[in-house]
Amino acid sequence: MATEEQASGGLQIHPMDQFIVKPLFGGDAVAWYTPTNVTLWMAVAVLAMTALLVLGTSRRAIVPSRSQSVAELLYGFVYNMVEDVTGREGAKFFPYVMTLFMFIFVSNMVGLIPMSFTTTSHIAVTATLALLVFGTVTVVGFVRKGPAFLAMFWISSAPLALRPVLALIEVISYFVRPLSHSIRLGGNLMAGHAVIKVFAGFAGAMGVASVVPIAAIAAIYGLELLVAAVQAYVFTILTCVYLRDAVGEAHH
Amino acid sequence: MTGDIAEMGKFIGAGLAAFGLGGAGIGVGNIVANFLAGALRNPSAAPGQTANLFVGIAFAEALGIFSFLIALLLMFAV
Repeated sequence: MATEEQASGGLQIHPMDQFIVKPLFGGDAVAWYTPTNVTLWMAVAVLAMTALLVLGTSRRAIVPSRSQSVAELLYGFVYNMVEDVTGREGAKFFPYVMTLFMFIFVSNMVGLIPMSFTTTSHIAVTATLALLVFGTVTVVGFVRKGPAFLAMFWISSAPLALRPVLALIEVISYFVRPLSHSIRLGGNLMAGHAVIKVFAGFAGAMGVASVVPIAAIAAIYGLELLVAAVQAYVFTILTCVYLRDAVGEAHH
Repeated sequence: MTGDIAEMGKFIGAGLAAFGLGGAGIGVGNIVANFLAGALRNPSAAPGQTANLFVGIAFAEALGIFSFLIALLLMFAV
């Protein structure tokens, strides 16, 4: 991303320009069916994920190849996470959680390729994922537990006088979940990519001294690799924590 | 002239909103410090708690990200 010099003539940095959704084949109008750069990079993410998981494990060798062992590692990692957090009953949701994890992880990683587009930095994308999780948890909770699902908001271990107040707080925090769930992922990704662009702008404006911001970009890039993985992990584990409310035993 | 003042207010507001990130930094540091203190006292229990560690970090960090978002909105959307 350092190659794209934003700063020409003074210090004009436009770190948010990289998040503009553009149609792939010219024009400006974006309808719901227009192939845009978001469509392209989501397709790239899905293809990369399919290639890794389906083609990687298609041979099912006893001595795994490199791609097979990576795929098995990811599978085992997510499966253990789901089972640890949500219990045996929650392991039925493993396919959903695995899909979420792989999509977010691969999208984050693909977004780190210079000149590419980070689909998960858009609140629209992350909010869709978070609202799906929210809807799943609510529907599954009511289907499995019936009205007893509402007991989640009525904390029976607290003193009786405090319970209505706590119930109010719990209800608010329940409905804020999709907001914080989506903004955490989108905001982290957006912040990291904007920081890289700001430093790239410095590099364009500083002449010989631009070695310093370029070195900083390399360091931040390393940090962003970590953030990409950690945020995918965090999104997934919070999904598991929310699913535990719906399928697991009451944990209060 | 009034446009200049509005512009100035945007930048000042964005700068003030960035203070929130300091709070998130303190929070995340606190969580990791306490996790490490606990983990060094009882290393055998530490691996089972990494999930809680990351969930705690995520919750603390989300509030900082909210303030960062406010700063971005002030800078680019208002």
